Amino acid sequence: MISNVVIAMEAAAEEHNPLMPAVPEIILGTIVFAIILIGIWKFVVPNFEKAYAERTQAIEGGLAAAETKQAEADAKLAELEKQLADARHEAARIREEAREQGAAIVAEMREQAQTEATRIVEHGKTQIEAERQQAVTSLRAEVGALATGLAGRIVGESLEDEARQSRVVERFLSELEGAK
Amino acid sequence: MSLTATIAAATIKAGDEFHAPSAGIFDLPSIADSGITKSMVLVTFSAVLILGFMIASSRKASVVPGRLQFAGEMVYGFVRNTIAREAIGSEKFMKFVPFLFSLFLFIIVNNYYGIIPLVQLPSFGRIGYIVPLAALAWLVFIGAGIKKHGFFGFLKHATVPHGVPSWILVLLVPLEFLSNIIVRPFTLTLRLFGNMFAGHLLLALFAGGGAFLLQDGNIVHGGVGILAFVMGIAVSFLELIVMFLQAYVFTLLAAMYIGEAIADEH
Repeated sequence: MISNVVIAMEAAAEEHNPLMPAVPEIILGTIVFAIILIGIWKFVVPNFEKAYAERTQAIEGGLAAAETKQAEADAKLAELEKQLADARHEAARIREEAREQGAAIVAEMREQAQTEATRIVEHGKTQIEAERQQAVTSLRAEVGALATGLAGRIVGESLEDEARQSRVVERFLSELEGAK
Repeated sequence: MSLTATIAAATIKAGDEFHAPSAGIFDLPSIADSGITKSMVLVTFSAVLILGFMIASSRKASVVPGRLQFAGEMVYGFVRNTIAREAIGSEKFMKFVPFLFSLFLFIIVNNYYGIIPLVQLPSFGRIGYIVPLAALAWLVFIGAGIKKHGFFGFLKHATVPHGVPSWILVLLVPLEFLSNIIVRPFTLTLRLFGNMFAGHLLLALFAGGGAFLLQDGNIVHGGVGILAFVMGIAVSFLELIVMFLQAYVFTLLAAMYIGEAIADEH
């Protein structure tokens, strides 16, 4: 026993060659494809293309911006390196100058110290000379008094008269010096 | 009701005899005698599916795509870059992208109907739907060629190969004319139709035969029936690939014909 479905199928198969297109299907296929084509053409492709173009532009814009930034950074780096070199140069110059200045200062100080020392020595000498002179003077007076006293004692005669006394002393001393 | 179930039911009622599914399984009775068949409904619905998905995914197309846009763009980018640009060349391909993209979508959706549960009818197992597509592809590539080279220029471009001695041309020109201009729409149609038709028959055969053997009562037959089902599943996976591949091949060939027709050199 064969079912109705199978009968129907086989009957259809006998009357229809699968390689022969059915006209309603051709018409429907054409219409449906036309609708899809128009829809895709008008509403889908333009939107996707717009997104593509925007994306390309965004990427290219980003690249251009990155290039500009890179160039800026390079310029800045070069500038900084130049500044650094300048600063090094400047530092070397300052160091050199400081060394020279230091040497000059040391020399000056040395000279000053020398002068001062000379001055002090000179001063000492003068002072010593003055003191010696003073000592000589006072010694002369004292020796005179002593000698007068002594001579008075010896002679027994007081030489009270000042003028005479000093005259005697002077004479004695000059005799003394003359004897020398 | 799914086709497999229909066939299974049919084969059970058939009793002792197994009737292998024939070409008739594509001739489903029209719905309520209106002349509208299942494949017609499916083909019409494919336009809704395609346009619905594609318009939704491209409507707010932006630089940074969302998930939906990404999915749509993947398909679009595949057809645009991998098929159209490769085959036609980056200068003139954009003019043909809408046509090729529509072609690809229309074919792939209708092919995959064959493997979706409960639908299970590849509408392009009916040759009638493919004929207009192949005809249109033919018109587009012939038209593009004539527009580029002029009528006789295109004929020469398409049929006269360079660097061939003139006495061979007597043989070669009719052959080239046949293969480049006459045969192409037929091969396009038959390749797609044959794959969908045969694939579907094969699936129906494994499913129907498996069901028949399982209910036969014989344990050896039952084992073979299970094997048939396993084979059916394997063939389903094969069909998954074939369905994509046929949509790809059809679109790629259409693009290559166009690219060849508008190329500067033969």
